[in-house]
This record gives sequence, C-alpha cells and structure tokens, in this order.
Amino acid sequence: MPEEDAARPRAHHDLGGVAQYLCEPVDQSAHSLTDFDREVDALRQVLGQKGIMTVDELRRGIEAIPEAEYLRLGYYQRWLRSITAILLEKGVVGEAELAAALAVEQ
Amino acid sequence: MNLSGQENDRLLAALRGLLAAKNLVSTAEIAERIAATDRASPAQGAAMVARAWTDAAFRARLLADGARAAEEFGIMMRGAPPLGVLENVPGLHHLVVCTLCSCYPRAVLGYPPFWYKSVAYRARAVRDPRGVLAEWGTTLPEGTRIRVVDSTADYRWMVLPRRPDGTEGWDEAALAALVREGDMVGVTQPRLP
Repeated sequence: MPEEDAARPRAHHDLGGVAQYLCEPVDQSAHSLTDFDREVDALRQVLGQKGIMTVDELRRGIEAIPEAEYLRLGYYQRWLRSITAILLEKGVVGEAELAAALAVEQ
Repeated sequence: MNLSGQENDRLLAALRGLLAAKNLVSTAEIAERIAATDRASPAQGAAMVARAWTDAAFRARLLADGARAAEEFGIMMRGAPPLGVLENVPGLHHLVVCTLCSCYPRAVLGYPPFWYKSVAYRARAVRDPRGVLAEWGTTLPEGTRIRVVDSTADYRWMVLPRRPDGTEGWDEAALAALVREGDMVGVTQPRLP
C-alpha cells in the first residue's frame, strides 16, 4: 500500500526484493573468516549464554546503524558496533572506562 | 560516544579487556566458543540428509522436528532456535534466504557463507529466485515451483534436497559426500561427481 510505504519507509536492512540490487550478481567467492570475525562471533554467543545481551538486541543495534555506514562496514564490524552500543546502553560498560581502555590500546 | 571513527581491532581489544576485568567474559570462554562454533559444518547437515535418504523413519522425524533429529547426531541444539526442514520433491524446490540479515541454521551447518549474507542474495532471492539459481548453474525441470522461505531469528530452515538418480545401493557415507552447503540452502542440487 503506497500510503503506508510513504508514512513508514522501508528500513535499510530490509532488503528482500529491493530493486536497486536486482541486477547485482551474487558474489559466490569463498571468504574465510578472520580471527577478528571469529572473536566477535564468539563474544556475542558468550554474552547471550550469560544473559547479558540477546540476539534480538544485537539485531536492533545493527539495524540502528545509519545506512551509509551499514553498507560500508563489514559483517562482523556491524556486530561489534552493535555489541558495543548495546553494552554501553545497558550500562554493562561505561563510556569513560571504554574511552580509557581505547586510549591504552592505541 | 561516537563509535563510527573507532578502529575495529582496537575497539574489540578494549571491549574484551573491560569484560574480562569485570569477570563477565574471559579469554578462555571466547576460545571455547570459537572451537565449538568451528565444529559445526555442512558435513553435519550432509550426514543428516544421507540418513534421511536411506532411513524413512529418520526422514519422517527430520521433517517433523529438525532440531530433535539433529540431536540424534549429537548436535547440541539447546538454546538454538527451532529448525524446520523443507523437502524438495518432483515439482517443488525450496530456497532459503534471510532478507533482514543472515539467520542460518548455524548449530547444524556452521557459519553462514559469505554470499548468504550479501546484499544481492538477500534482495534477489525473493524476487528473482530462478535468476539466482541460474548463477549457480542450477536449472529446474520445466513446471517446477519454487518456494522461497525467509529464515528468521526465531526459526531457522534448511533444505532436504532430492537424492540424485544413479545412487541406488550407495551407503550413507558415500551419499553424504555428495551433499554440499548450497544444496541445503537450495541454490544447488546434489549431483554425481
């Protein structure tokens, strides 16, 4: 229904049937996972098992990434962005301590 | 806090350091989880498919409740979403996609392949499934319907492909060796080498 479409535009992660990509071939090449990818994946699973963060929260955090950045970031980069934002939002990690830890890692 | 400028490895290291210091997530727990996730692979799904081809009772159990059937293979399904299994039959082919992101039966098949997570696959699978299949060299007999099924965070799907002709009398191991990742998503079909 066009009225509803206008009132509530499709979210950018909702890609089913989106015309813009209909002529783009699927890249079938194998991409092996990096250590970074595996660690982010495992971190999310452990946070889930411990009841600190759910998979739905992960999705909400990914879907909240602005479109241009969503398309630019790699798959697990989006995950890490979401995990960090959700942990900050829930107060599991504080902004000041994260900023301090980032300064140390530099 | 603006996260967009943060370099990824640095952000991960900082976060992991904080979570370890708070006794929330240890390095050992991450390592264990990586090892457990790496154990899941398309070979597990292929073994289930081969059993279904040779054992009618198992096939019925697999189609009724994929997660419980996976547990018969020692696959840990506790905490994983339910698993539905879609049987390809003459005249009906299934294709699985996650249009919103990348939901995949990870407990059985392992990490989703890169193409499954791609923008092009997610956009096109529901609009032009035959075109997508053609890119894999998959053509279906004339008159075959395609059902495209959207995997979600709460319900995962895999395809039970058709057993290739010419495999009568083969044992389970030989049959399982024919089954590839894409066959269980529906972009390809098992074929003789």
